[in-house]
Amino acid sequence: MRLSLSGHATAALVTDPIVIIDYDAGNLRSVQRACAQVGAVAVISNDPQRILAAERIIFPGVGAAGSAMRSLRRTGMDAALRQAVADGKPLLGICLGLQISLDHSEEQDTPTLGLIPGETRRFRLDQPELKVPHMGWNAVRPVKAHPLLEGVAPEDEFYFVHAYYPVPARDANQYALTTYEEDFAAAIGQGNYFGVQFHPEKSGRFGLRLLRRFIDWDGRC
Amino acid sequence: MLSKRLIACLDVRDGKLAKSVRFVDTKDIGDPVEKARAYYEDGLDELVFYDITASSDKRSIMLDVVEAVAKEVFIPLSVGGGVRSVADATDLRLAGAEKINVNSAAVRRPALIAECAEALGNQNVVLSMDIRRVDVSPACPSGYEMVINGGRTPMGIDALAWAREGERLGAGELVVNAIDADGTRDGYELKLTALIAEAVRIPVIASGGAGKPEHLKEALTVGKADAALVASMVHYGDYSVSELKRYLHSQGVKMRMAW
Repeated sequence: MRLSLSGHATAALVTDPIVIIDYDAGNLRSVQRACAQVGAVAVISNDPQRILAAERIIFPGVGAAGSAMRSLRRTGMDAALRQAVADGKPLLGICLGLQISLDHSEEQDTPTLGLIPGETRRFRLDQPELKVPHMGWNAVRPVKAHPLLEGVAPEDEFYFVHAYYPVPARDANQYALTTYEEDFAAAIGQGNYFGVQFHPEKSGRFGLRLLRRFIDWDGRC
Repeated sequence: MLSKRLIACLDVRDGKLAKSVRFVDTKDIGDPVEKARAYYEDGLDELVFYDITASSDKRSIMLDVVEAVAKEVFIPLSVGGGVRSVADATDLRLAGAEKINVNSAAVRRPALIAECAEALGNQNVVLSMDIRRVDVSPACPSGYEMVINGGRTPMGIDALAWAREGERLGAGELVVNAIDADGTRDGYELKLTALIAEAVRIPVIASGGAGKPEHLKEALTVGKADAALVASMVHYGDYSVSELKRYLHSQGVKMRMAW
C-alpha cells in the first residue's frame, strides 16, 4: 500500500483536506482543535505520501530548529514539503514551522529548508526589562495585503512565544510586522506559502479567523 | 509593544471549581468549563487551572476538565497541581494544556524543572512558587521563604535564590504566589514580586491578594510583573475580565483591548 513520489499508486490514497505535519514539535493537537472549531477536519501525520496527497498543509511547531530538521530529514518530510510548495499547495507555517522555512537558523547553527530566502536570528535586546522569550500578546500590523490577513487591523493582537525571529532576505516576502524593541516580521509569504510567527491556534477569535481564511485559501495572493 | 497579561486562575477539586482563602477553607463555586468559556469570551489573556484534588485516584478528572476546556477556549492554557514527573506533564499536554506548572515536587526534586524543560521546551514550563514572609536569616536572606504542600510545609529555602535556580534549570516563567496575601483581597505582595522580577530575565506572574483593580495596576507597574493573576475578584462576579482590562488600559498599562 504505497504511493511512490512519482505518483504510481498501488492503492487508492486518501486525500485529506488538511494535514498537520507531525515532527515531534509539540502543540499539534491544539492546532487540530482550532481547525475543528472553524469547521475543518485536520489529520496529524508524519507520512510524506499523505502530505503529498493532502489538499493543504499546516506546518506548526515549537521546539528547537536542530532537532526539528533532523526529524524532518529522517522521515523524508523535508523533501515532501519542498514538493508540496512546488505543487502550489496552500501551506501555513506556524512559529518554528515558519522559521525553518527560511535558509538558516542561528538556533544550533542549523541549515533549514530554504523555501523562502532569509534567516532566523535570536533576540538580542538592549532594554533589560524586556524578556526573552517574547511571550504574550502583541500587535500584528499588516504591511501588505494578503488573503490570510484580510480584516486584520493594526492594533489586533496575537499570541507569541519565541526566542528567535524570522528575517526574510527580501521585503517583498514580508506581510506583517510586530514590535519588540525593534520591528520583526510577524508574517512572511511567497506564492502558496504563508508563515506566521505567532500562534493563531492560541490567539482567540482573530487567530481562528486566520485559520478559517487559510482553509478557504486557493494558494494565490 | 507586548501587552501585559491578565490571567485568571481556577482552582479545581474533584472536577469542580473551588476558591481558597489562605489555602484552607476551600468551597465549590461552579463549573470550571463554563467559567473558562465566559472569561475567554470576555477577553481573558490566559487561563490557569490548578488541581487541588486531594486523592490521587480522582486525578484523571482533571484531564477531562482540561480536554473539555481546550476544545472551546483558544488562548494559552496552563495547568498545574500535583505534577511530579514528565509523564504527568505529558498527560496534561495531550489533554490540551499549553504550559505546565510545577510547584512542590520541583522544590523537593529540582531536576524535575530541567526534565520538563527538556521534554516540553522551556517556554512551556512554569515554576509556581508559594512564598511566605519570614524574618531575615542566613537560610533566607531575602526575608521570603519557600513553602510547599499548599502552604503547609515551610522548606527553609530562600525564595529569591529558588527563583534564580528555577530560571537556571530551565523554567520559562515564574508565578510568584504570596501566601500571606492569598485570598485576602488586600493587594499583591509588591515588594516580593519586584524583588524576583528584577532578579530574573523570564516573565513573572504576580499572584495572591488581588481584590481591587488598583492592585493589578500596582503589580504591573511597581511590582514589575509581566502578568497579574486573579481569582476571587472575578469568580464571584465582583469584577468582569473586560472591566479590569479597561481599567488597566485607562491607567496607561498596555493591555490587549480587542478580541
